Amino acid sequence: MTDDLFRLTVAEAGDALAAGDISSVDLTRSVLDRIDAVDARTGAYLLVTADAALAQAEAADDRRAGGDAGPLLGIPLAIKDVLCTDGVATTCASRILEGFVPPFDATVVARLKDAGAVLVGKTNMDEFAMGSSNENSGYHPVRNPWDLSKVPGGSSGGSAAAVAADECLAALGSDTGGSVRQPAALCGCVGLKPTYGRVSRYGLVAFASSLDQVGPLTKSVHDAAVLLAATAGHDPRDATSLPEPVPNFAAELDGNVEGLRVGVAPEYFGEGIDAGVASAVEDAIGALEANGTEIRAITLPHTEYALPVYYVIAPSEASANLARYNGVKYGLSDPQAVDVDEMMATVRAQGFGAEVKRRIMLGTFALSSGYYDAYYLRAQKVRTLIKQDFDTAFESVDVIAAPTSPTTAFDLGGRTADPLAMYRADVLTLPASLAGLPAISVPCGFVDGLPVGLQLIAPPLHEARLLRVADAYERLRPETPALRQAVEA
Amino acid sequence: MIDREQVVHVAALARLALSEAEIDRMQADLQQILQAFEALNALDVSDVSPTAQVIPLATVERLDETEAPLSRDDVMRNAPRVERDQIRVPAVLPEE
Repeated sequence: MTDDLFRLTVAEAGDALAAGDISSVDLTRSVLDRIDAVDARTGAYLLVTADAALAQAEAADDRRAGGDAGPLLGIPLAIKDVLCTDGVATTCASRILEGFVPPFDATVVARLKDAGAVLVGKTNMDEFAMGSSNENSGYHPVRNPWDLSKVPGGSSGGSAAAVAADECLAALGSDTGGSVRQPAALCGCVGLKPTYGRVSRYGLVAFASSLDQVGPLTKSVHDAAVLLAATAGHDPRDATSLPEPVPNFAAELDGNVEGLRVGVAPEYFGEGIDAGVASAVEDAIGALEANGTEIRAITLPHTEYALPVYYVIAPSEASANLARYNGVKYGLSDPQAVDVDEMMATVRAQGFGAEVKRRIMLGTFALSSGYYDAYYLRAQKVRTLIKQDFDTAFESVDVIAAPTSPTTAFDLGGRTADPLAMYRADVLTLPASLAGLPAISVPCGFVDGLPVGLQLIAPPLHEARLLRVADAYERLRPETPALRQAVEA
Repeated sequence: MIDREQVVHVAALARLALSEAEIDRMQADLQQILQAFEALNALDVSDVSPTAQVIPLATVERLDETEAPLSRDDVMRNAPRVERDQIRVPAVLPEE
């Protein structure tokens, strides 16, 4: 097995490490070699920290030799470049943060390090996590490992592509309106967005603070459970962090979904949803039904409003959060400016890309005098209606099943000229984000050689139930003929 | 819905020095996006209270205990211009 260690899941590698069959150094070298072999094609990484990773691998092997154990000890992971890493450049894929080296670790990064994980690098993304295709990276786009002419989804496109192409065993991403789930669906991996408040956001560079959550992208549901357990839990440094206990999610996965009620809403299968995608998801729901779940028709009538609500609220919050990038304390600056106003306006014009500027403008407008009530306040009210839809639905069902993305991966460049067409890529992930609910995307087949994702949504803090259903489906999923990734060619 | 003058005004509020071409493009984009947002006006929300955040936490309190802060060197290392242990910026007030 020593040739292809990079292909292992977290669970498989953990078993091999525990059995003494492999070392973390072997495993990390294999992953670094894999990155060397394929990353020029995927563009998944912005920075590979090979030397530091090998040092962490050696330290993990030493810890194990000293009697230490744990599911992430010695496991090579990738971190989306929106999470601060002590002493390692963090750019958010933006030119405005060029040269920024955080003097601290995000809480999730610190927790992974404490668990003995090996951090191999920082993954590419849409600038400041704003985008659905990873084409808004200020550095270079990411290509979908299944078809290099397609996008990987976004904004955690680098993390999804890195997992799909076996350039890490698992990765962290961040999800504001679907940025973990949608790229996971498009790249054929598992992506979990926890309940808002479940995972600390300390050290996660802020985009839209009432929505942002950190979540794992993995090769299996079990691995998502392991990463969630390692990263979740109260953090006094994040005032929105919930003081709830964190179960051992992985230990509860036994494939039993007998009697669970799965809600299916017509609003998630309507206009704009690709027929092949809808059919793959319906098959997945059929498989769950055949194994003891009860399928119930529900309705989520305000689903169609999620897109305008999100694209008012998220840019509004972003316009405030991104005010801090002004050339003073870090990042790009303009020493020639005659006064501070000119410096800020010039630095921001040079450092931000087109989509970030568009969202700052949209948010500033929606919050500006005379428009606040018509846009921001109204959007917050409709957000209440969207949340109430879910509250009502969860009175009669345990989880909701739907497609993650309306289509499979689309062409690179195909939507860049039309912001609204790009925004529609998130239409099925936005409602759960606005309601703060945990949701997961799990692969459920292929259409024309491109992966499809089944999205499951649960009530707040019911990640254990979500993972149970996703894991049960993963066990039931029919074997698809082995498809070869384009990145292997 | 949003005219060129408003775009220029909002860009000034947002401290974004947009080029003439960017202003034109921005106006067209915002126009198209705001038009799509008109859908929200179809709903009667007069009796609905707004949702700012979704978690059941109110004001979070903690003991007022000090912790060691980040070191000055670590923080200043990222500043583009430092003089005498302070961050240097261009003039804040216009010259008389």
